[in-house]
Amino acid sequence: MDRVPVLKLGDILIVSIQIDLQDQSVLALQEDLANKVVETGARGVIIDITAVEIVDSFIGRMLATIAAISRMLDAETVVVGMRPAVAITLVELGLSLGGVRTALNLEKGVALLNHIDGSEIATAAR
Amino acid sequence: MTAPAELPIHGNSDIVLVRQRVRTAAVEVGLSLVDQTKVVTAASELARNALVYAGGGQVRIEVVHNGVRRGLRLAFSDDGPGIPDLDQALTDGWTTGGGLGLGLSGSRRLMDEFELKSAPGEGTLVTVTKWAR
Repeated sequence: MDRVPVLKLGDILIVSIQIDLQDQSVLALQEDLANKVVETGARGVIIDITAVEIVDSFIGRMLATIAAISRMLDAETVVVGMRPAVAITLVELGLSLGGVRTALNLEKGVALLNHIDGSEIATAAR
Repeated sequence: MTAPAELPIHGNSDIVLVRQRVRTAAVEVGLSLVDQTKVVTAASELARNALVYAGGGQVRIEVVHNGVRRGLRLAFSDDGPGIPDLDQALTDGWTTGGGLGLGLSGSRRLMDEFELKSAPGEGTLVTVTKWAR
């Protein structure tokens, strides 16, 4: 089974999925990320799916679950780099990924996380 | 690929293999990038269904013709317990396997043609087709 590496940049964890994901790798990634969020105190998680050719309901649910787990551990998740064909297919499949924030690319994802972090500190409560 | 291909679905790694073979066939048939993505996604859902609900099965990948139009037909079959209520199984959100319940209903939306044959004790056959535009 291939494992997806988790990189740390400041208080952001970055995961770039470069392989055709097996279901077992998806589950392993969920655990790895949850552990890394707590270990590093990361405030944000970016999942880059630029290289991902398809997102089916299993992978889609994994993205939503990672976002939910991270939120519980005080980190926000942003999925970046979704291909247009993947977005069209996901919506038609019936998966809108409601709870998952997205950004067009890594740069915008980092900017979004910094913005969320800033505004949360400003409003202090949520 | 002119001759039909049969692939077994016995484990998680087979789902990845099915996706890759279906992608190759979809390119050869001349499907657009969006349609390739839809077909591969549907194949992934149906292959996983065969694995989760029947413990495995197989897929037949076939190039089909309708006049000058070319299409890709995938037939997923298994010898599992079968589906007692087909209408219910095709309802968004209905699942007995702990998933999202989008596999069958979502695959039907992603493909041009969709046929589901199943009965308790007689396994399941799902045949889907996508035509090149």
